[in-house]
Amino acid sequence: MTDQPFHAAIPRLTAERLARRAFLRRSGLMLGGVAAAPWLLAACGDDDDAGSGSPASGSPSSASGTGTVAGTGTVAISNWPFYLDADDSGDPSKGQTIPGFEAATGYDVEYDELVNDNDEWFAKYSPDLEAGNPIGLDIAVLTTWMVERLIGLGYVEELEKANIPNVANLDPSHADVAWDPGRRFSLPWASGLGGIAYNPTKTGRDITSVNDLFDPAFAGHVTVLTEMRDTLGLTMLSLGIDVTTCTLADAQAAAAKLKTATDAGQFRRATGNDYVADLITGDTWLAVAWSGDIVSAQLENPDLVWIAPDEGTMLFTDTMFIPAGAANKAGAEAWMNYVYDPAISAQIFAYSQYQSPVVGVKEEITKLDPALASNPLIFPPADVQARTFTFRTLSAEEQTEFTTLFQDVIQA
Amino acid sequence: MPTRPAGTHRGTHRGTQRADDTGGADGSGPSPRGRRSTPYLLISPGLVVLGLLFVVPLGSLLVTSLKTGSFAEGFETAVRLRNYSDALSESWEPIKRSFVFALVATVAAGAIGYPLAYVIAFRGGRYKNVLLGLVVLPFFTSFLMRTLAWKTILSDSGSITSAFDRLHLLSLFEFLHLVPDGSDRLLQTNVSVIGGLTYNFLPFMVLPIYVSLEKIDRRLVEAARDLYSGAFRAFRTVVLPLSIPGVMAGSLLTFIPAAGDFVNAELLGGPQQTMVGNRIQSRFFEQVDYPAAASLSFVLMALILIGVLLYARLLGTEELTG
Repeated sequence: MTDQPFHAAIPRLTAERLARRAFLRRSGLMLGGVAAAPWLLAACGDDDDAGSGSPASGSPSSASGTGTVAGTGTVAISNWPFYLDADDSGDPSKGQTIPGFEAATGYDVEYDELVNDNDEWFAKYSPDLEAGNPIGLDIAVLTTWMVERLIGLGYVEELEKANIPNVANLDPSHADVAWDPGRRFSLPWASGLGGIAYNPTKTGRDITSVNDLFDPAFAGHVTVLTEMRDTLGLTMLSLGIDVTTCTLADAQAAAAKLKTATDAGQFRRATGNDYVADLITGDTWLAVAWSGDIVSAQLENPDLVWIAPDEGTMLFTDTMFIPAGAANKAGAEAWMNYVYDPAISAQIFAYSQYQSPVVGVKEEITKLDPALASNPLIFPPADVQARTFTFRTLSAEEQTEFTTLFQDVIQA
Repeated sequence: MPTRPAGTHRGTHRGTQRADDTGGADGSGPSPRGRRSTPYLLISPGLVVLGLLFVVPLGSLLVTSLKTGSFAEGFETAVRLRNYSDALSESWEPIKRSFVFALVATVAAGAIGYPLAYVIAFRGGRYKNVLLGLVVLPFFTSFLMRTLAWKTILSDSGSITSAFDRLHLLSLFEFLHLVPDGSDRLLQTNVSVIGGLTYNFLPFMVLPIYVSLEKIDRRLVEAARDLYSGAFRAFRTVVLPLSIPGVMAGSLLTFIPAAGDFVNAELLGGPQQTMVGNRIQSRFFEQVDYPAAASLSFVLMALILIGVLLYARLLGTEELTG
């Protein structure tokens, strides 16, 4: 019992260092990642000898196949943590996908997991992008609303679709979005759901509703995410507000509900992705949480459960784009093409357990492990899909208004 | 880094002596012109660094703090003083909280640090350096890691929290409004944040006090004892007054960073422990409202400056330089 918190401190240290700036987006559970790797390998049968062999052997079997670009040079990719398969030490460059891509195309990949926070990324790179300086990245992955802003500001290169034949595999539901008609500038990397994670042994009952976050019986043991669209979105859903059309007044109503709870000491913390560590130790009983994160957390605390609340769940999509001035645009497009191969996508999402935007992943993932085909996190059931909502598009001005409103209620 | 307080102090001291020497030389005869400019030449690298790394950013911060507009429309240079009144009114609670937390943490660090420094300086004997090393040792680990370790130590299910609960200290804290009513935890309360601040800045308190105690001529204490003063009286009339410069320096080195800190509140606190540093951080990074963040930074700086001036006034400015 005593070594449990200590054990759990290790992922937290890593997670928190990333998490220093609030508003974190993706999982940073180091131990979760480390622990996930052997489990993944088990799931993948005898693919242990990761090397370049397995993905390469996977591609010919897929319908569309990978592009035949004989590329040279480096492709610099920046993504959220634990979004790409990795080896036992959690190093994605030694997983299957990156070596496979390098073998298939001839490019070298420089992959980092330094994206923690959309706003932080923007604060860091926008001055250079504005000045027209290259930022040293060929692909970055940010959340939809931020990519939309970047496209609007002209910070994104247009994709050469001829280099990405596998774009034909893009799920039709993602194919056309209002802010990027015809996907000229961006391609989705992964989707996930914002819902509630909880520890039934602590709450003593099943959690089904967003309003359970506000139950005084759990005062001081609830955490909310600093990501406005998840926390404010769920709160709006609990008030019966349609998040796809919400107004500033709606946001104010939800903010008022959050403020009352904050002032009463209901929320233990407003966190970035480090909420997972507090769930594992048992300090947090229930939390606004992202679907795939809890898969990692369950390895350390099997009690944890993630649910899509009755009122609904918030969909987010993290999206790939090529920042303006990228040195290796062709390499970036080759990467996009590679990860849009259903077999490769299956390999990635069997690891991350988020939702792939690629058609045909279900068939491919069944080959890896039939159990994954019915995994509700990778393939949400129809009833969850029916109550999945996307926060409506906000103008830059509204973004500021909503964020200011929200930040000030989660900080007393 | 860890030796900075002591180093600074000694540096100041030597500087004063050298200035005196120069004065003496000037008095005894005319010195070459080049010699008189030597101090200025010596100080110029420092001035350049200070200018580039302090004055220029400060100027840019000032310009930013007065800008109008929003991220959406773009920021325009202007003189919008309302940014300052907004900063004060919107963030008054966190500002107040920062100063209270920093003050309590400084007093606590003094209460822990003075006896510690005293024991090392007067009773340390040949273990003096080892003991000083132990004070500094935690600095070999990252600030963030040390703060995070406290999250584990103070965990709800941890032994410290249950021991506090069994000793009814939690009820005492509850009575003092340091933890929420009916609380079963220490983490994410005022106690954990103030505790974290105290812990993290303790060496900044101990080292200057140690230096000032170490400097005291032991014969003065012996003289006091010879003149029939008891141990306590000798301490109160001789040791304590002579160590005040160290206490002064230690308090400033603890209070100033503690008031602007956001890591402890972020990791060990909850929404109700929001400090002004967290506000600045969220204004800058999450709301992308640079003028608001900049004006709030200036408000913090001004309030700290006022606090320090009052403090210096209270103790006398000569104590600052020792």
